[in-house]
Amino acid sequence: MNTPDIRFNISSSPHFRGKLTTRGIMLDVLIALVPVCAAGIFAFGISALIVILICTLSCVAFEFLYEKLMRLPVTVGDLSAAVTGVILAINLPSTVPLWIPVVGSAFAIIITKMLFGGLGHNFMNPALSARVFLLISFAGIMTAYPTTVRLITTFKQVVSEATPLAAIGNGEEINWLTTLTEMHTGCIGEASVIAILIGAAYLLIRRTIAARIPFTYIISTAVFVILILVIKGDTQLINVNYIVAQICGGGLLLGAFFMATDYVTNPSTPLGQFIFAVLLGLITAIIRLISSSAEGVSYAIIIGNMLSPLIDRLLTPSYFGKRSKPIVNEG
Amino acid sequence: MNKVFERLYNGIIKENPTFVLLLGMCPTLAVTTSAVNGLGMGLSAAAVLIMSNFIISLLRKIIPRGVRMPAYIVIVASLVTVLQLLLQAYVRPIYSALGIYIPLIVVNCIILGRAEAYAGKNPVLLSVFDGIGMGLGFTMALTIIGSIREIIGNGSIFGFAIMPSWYEPVAIIVLAPGAFFVLAMLVALRNKLVSKEKRQSGGCMGQCIGCDLCEKNPEGKGAKEDEKT
Repeated sequence: MNTPDIRFNISSSPHFRGKLTTRGIMLDVLIALVPVCAAGIFAFGISALIVILICTLSCVAFEFLYEKLMRLPVTVGDLSAAVTGVILAINLPSTVPLWIPVVGSAFAIIITKMLFGGLGHNFMNPALSARVFLLISFAGIMTAYPTTVRLITTFKQVVSEATPLAAIGNGEEINWLTTLTEMHTGCIGEASVIAILIGAAYLLIRRTIAARIPFTYIISTAVFVILILVIKGDTQLINVNYIVAQICGGGLLLGAFFMATDYVTNPSTPLGQFIFAVLLGLITAIIRLISSSAEGVSYAIIIGNMLSPLIDRLLTPSYFGKRSKPIVNEG
Repeated sequence: MNKVFERLYNGIIKENPTFVLLLGMCPTLAVTTSAVNGLGMGLSAAAVLIMSNFIISLLRKIIPRGVRMPAYIVIVASLVTVLQLLLQAYVRPIYSALGIYIPLIVVNCIILGRAEAYAGKNPVLLSVFDGIGMGLGFTMALTIIGSIREIIGNGSIFGFAIMPSWYEPVAIIVLAPGAFFVLAMLVALRNKLVSKEKRQSGGCMGQCIGCDLCEKNPEGKGAKEDEKT
């Protein structure tokens, strides 16, 4: 007797599964970060590479050690710790003493990520929380940007005292084309605008990130910067050079494409993400122009991260047939 | 005599006001920027607590139930005024470091809590020892938090530099966020130690606060389900 060889797999839904994995997404982000890191190493030299390596290795090591110690399943393989490490590294100046990346990684992985339950449960971006932790604790070390930078056009080391953002804050004027194309000092990841845009384009083409958050964030920052300048009566500052330096001269591009788009810590509905991004722009512009601090992207993003559960609660989608008034049970 | 020791143990370990009951968070978080400040705040609150427990216990049969809260507040506020004047006269540095938090001892949850939960219903001697236990528990907790924050955030303890010269102080620990970090870590550590003890002794240790294993604790699981039904 021949029974046809048919097998029925019995399982509950979902029956179709996508090929998207955490590991794949994180790998995409790592690939997108390669040009940014390369530009940083080119501009600031071998010390930038060392900072990136130490950050990545110590993030992975802390996650591994914590999970081993707590007898949890080891999730180092999903590469999320490596992404946190690289993002933390590109947010540090290359001149930091080498224990800074280690302390920062410990804070990012253990306190912000693992203590709250690991990937998917962190309430703010681990790398940025570590940067803010370091910035508040060791302000001098964290703002000691390299004073020389290698230019892409001439391959020569030149003196570069301040980031374009800090320079315009001191009333200097920097040609917008220079800001866009040339290397400038700052954190490792802020060296080249073009490198950031290449990485961002890769993420957008691969659809790892949606365009909504980064572009809304950048545009709203520009709009709020102009608005605040008008309110303050500094309208003579509004020109191409100033606005380009505001957008590309600090950490805004890096934050908008690589950090504000972190899946875990932004709202889940499209409208919520839009509100989130506008809010980030508002906070960034306020911190940059009104507070004593020159840069406000990290603070803006972690404040936005903390507000995103509230935004989600505000915009809970209603199911079909839901009544506007709750039915009072009169039983 | 046993009951006296039981009160001390209860205040310092079993129901430590800071690490177990999580009462008096305002001074705990705000003034523990150094070991000395923690110790000063702890001892000030302890002094008020012992005296208020003593007086309230003495007067427990005279104070009418309906106005007991205003009566307690009057007693505690008088004691705090005395304490504030004494600190101002004799330990000026502590007085200026603690600032507004000295008058705020009046509304400290620990003091009103002990008056309401213990001193208002129990004899004088036990109430005094309850105050001593709770006061020492609070002082110990604040001193520990203050010491840790001072060591990490300033590289010193009680004003003496103890960390090696290459040590870079982590400034955030003596700022407001640091208070939350250190307190949370210490509460977690305490819970970890207690749960280990529980496992080794095979279950309930009779420490109902901070444990929701059975319905004995009014805030535990059993009680919550009762409320729902």
